Amino acid sequence: MPQQEPLYDHNQLTSYIEAHRGEPASLIQVLSQIQQAAGYLPKPVLVEAADALGLSLTEVYGTASFYAFFIFRPRGRHGIALCNGTACYVKGAAAVKARLEQELGIKAPDTTPDRRFSLDVVRCIGCCALAPVVTVDEDVHAGVDPEKVPGILEQYK
Amino acid sequence: MNTAGLARLRTKAREALRLRANERPVDGYEHHALVCGGTGCISSGCRSVKNALVDEIRKQGLEAKVRVIETGCMGPCNLGPMITVYPDGIFYEKVAAHAVESLVAGHFREGRPVNRLLHRCPDTGKVLARLPEIPFFNRQQRIVLRNCGIIDPLSIEEYIGRDGYAALAQVLNGMTREQVVEEMKKSGLRGRGGAGFPTGLKWQFTLQAPGELKYVVCNGDEGDPGAFMDRSVLEGDPHSVLEGMIIGGYAVGASKGYAYIRAEYPLAIKNFEAAIKSAREMGLLSIDILESGFGFNVEIRVGAGAFVCGEETALLHSIAGKRGEPRPRPPFPAQCGLYDKPTVINNVETWANIAPIILRGGDWYAGIGTGKSKGTKVFALAGKIVNTGLVEVPLGTTLREVVYGIGGGIQNGKSLKAIQSGGPSGGAIPAAYIDTPIDYEALAALDSIMGSGGLIVLDEDSCMVDVARFFMDFVQDESCGKCTPCRIGTRRMLEILTRLTQGRAGKEDVDLLIELANTVRKTALCGLGQTAGNPVLSTTRHYRHEYERHAVEKQCSTGACPMRIGPAQADNAKKQGGRS
Repeated sequence: MPQQEPLYDHNQLTSYIEAHRGEPASLIQVLSQIQQAAGYLPKPVLVEAADALGLSLTEVYGTASFYAFFIFRPRGRHGIALCNGTACYVKGAAAVKARLEQELGIKAPDTTPDRRFSLDVVRCIGCCALAPVVTVDEDVHAGVDPEKVPGILEQYK
Repeated sequence: MNTAGLARLRTKAREALRLRANERPVDGYEHHALVCGGTGCISSGCRSVKNALVDEIRKQGLEAKVRVIETGCMGPCNLGPMITVYPDGIFYEKVAAHAVESLVAGHFREGRPVNRLLHRCPDTGKVLARLPEIPFFNRQQRIVLRNCGIIDPLSIEEYIGRDGYAALAQVLNGMTREQVVEEMKKSGLRGRGGAGFPTGLKWQFTLQAPGELKYVVCNGDEGDPGAFMDRSVLEGDPHSVLEGMIIGGYAVGASKGYAYIRAEYPLAIKNFEAAIKSAREMGLLSIDILESGFGFNVEIRVGAGAFVCGEETALLHSIAGKRGEPRPRPPFPAQCGLYDKPTVINNVETWANIAPIILRGGDWYAGIGTGKSKGTKVFALAGKIVNTGLVEVPLGTTLREVVYGIGGGIQNGKSLKAIQSGGPSGGAIPAAYIDTPIDYEALAALDSIMGSGGLIVLDEDSCMVDVARFFMDFVQDESCGKCTPCRIGTRRMLEILTRLTQGRAGKEDVDLLIELANTVRKTALCGLGQTAGNPVLSTTRHYRHEYERHAVEKQCSTGACPMRIGPAQADNAKKQGGRS
């Protein structure tokens, strides 16, 4: 499967950066906007951001890499997040993770070669009452057990 | 808008809400059907149920009689999708989209509640139709959650109809800053984010700190696994937090506030944004609020997934666009906070308590709770418990009341083993202490903490060594790495716990583990490290025999551990000196 770079609108990303030129305190805001638009943080854009905000590239990387939210490689079309909060853990999240990895043929946090799915393990998404929980994009799947995994994946082409 | 305008609006908005107080309808509707739109219910499919309800009401020609409202979290997340119908507060649970047709025909057209969708007492099978009859609801006292599940969180009018912004008006029209702080001190409110520092005192320090420019911060990071009260309050009643922040801003002399909300909570961000927008439109967030001369503004800062950012100094670094690393205190944020200015930083739940305290007085609030723990606390009930969800009870309520009275006991007839409170900074409370009244001191005496209020119920199938390993995995992953005790200490502890759960550790490892936990507690820079050993210390104290069994016999009686080896293999393992 050929690896395709996702198309992001470079001008749009530049406009986020330019809106905060000279404001180093806005770094996280800018990074969030870039990631929201592009799906990840492309290196050339980070170079631009560092320059505009008046930070060094290492400062930008140092901050961005500190936060679990920021990612530096393009992701799949659908983002799967397995919750590994306490409630999900005691209710069997580990078995769900194993099944997800088996079905997708990848380990978290990776992306399938066809770029259909990315798999992440996250810390508590605050749906503890419905544990174990898996989110795919914006959808929350509650009370997931390993048998339900193929059916859930089937819903996302 | 001035105070008189707000009062007029309140009178009007209150009329529209009369039906929900079981009073005679005046807005032309005969029924208000409230659909829970909390995150839990959304994942149970409440949106399609709501759409079906709206469609069906139209189809049966009842639009003029029935109004459908999507609310925030009602509480019992395991019963969703749920609908409460007023007047009378008839509670329908687990409503599927295909059941909506008969619900509309039965309840709204023929005026008889639909029996099979009503709540039943789990023990007797008796139908409990109305909210006040259901133990989950009638054993609570809701102050923080006063509007959650009752109003449309996107409607500022509904919030105002429930006395919203009345406390702000009262403060701005005749209370000095000192009087507001005094009222908070009188209330005895302590921070609901975890550490439990007296809120009034914190405000006083910020008020007295020199400097023109001061800030107010709402900590909505809630990285604590097993807690979701901040999320539900921000989603279900954002104005209560916003009003608290504006009052706090007035009290300490700040003109700018930041709400730091986790990126993982998109609905909370959306609803809080909407609250800020409508408050601006009404002039409740402006340079001259209610024509009092006091100006205040609030902005959202989105968190980026770091547990340590719940620590106040780390959070302030994060708002300023830096790595969320803590710094030594003192100086405390009250003196030197955001951008080195005096800053008052409180948790979401703390902010939601402010308006009721102003309206009803500090003495009223101090009348609820126990000795040093006043008021109510919201708990997130989860784990192996029948009723999961959010509950709010007076401090001093026993664990038994929360787990059995409200929570309905343990799932699948199993026995209670422990209650994990306070997340990774907390500990496991054994079943024997079930009659402990919940307050800051009582939990601390059991090597646990109140924390933000997550209560995870563990049954007999849970291995306490494995649970301790789980939390250690979490904290070592979330350690910011700035100080050595936390960065290296938590990793070494995790290694020992991992070996224990794999049957590769000996008795001396348990002693080393406890020593490490105590050392990290004493030497780490911030709250994350100082409390990182708590799950270890509480489980080794209360479940020492389980550790011994893992270390000596290389066995886990619950089968939850990865080793899961039988006695024969354990013998072999012993012969090989405990290493595999």
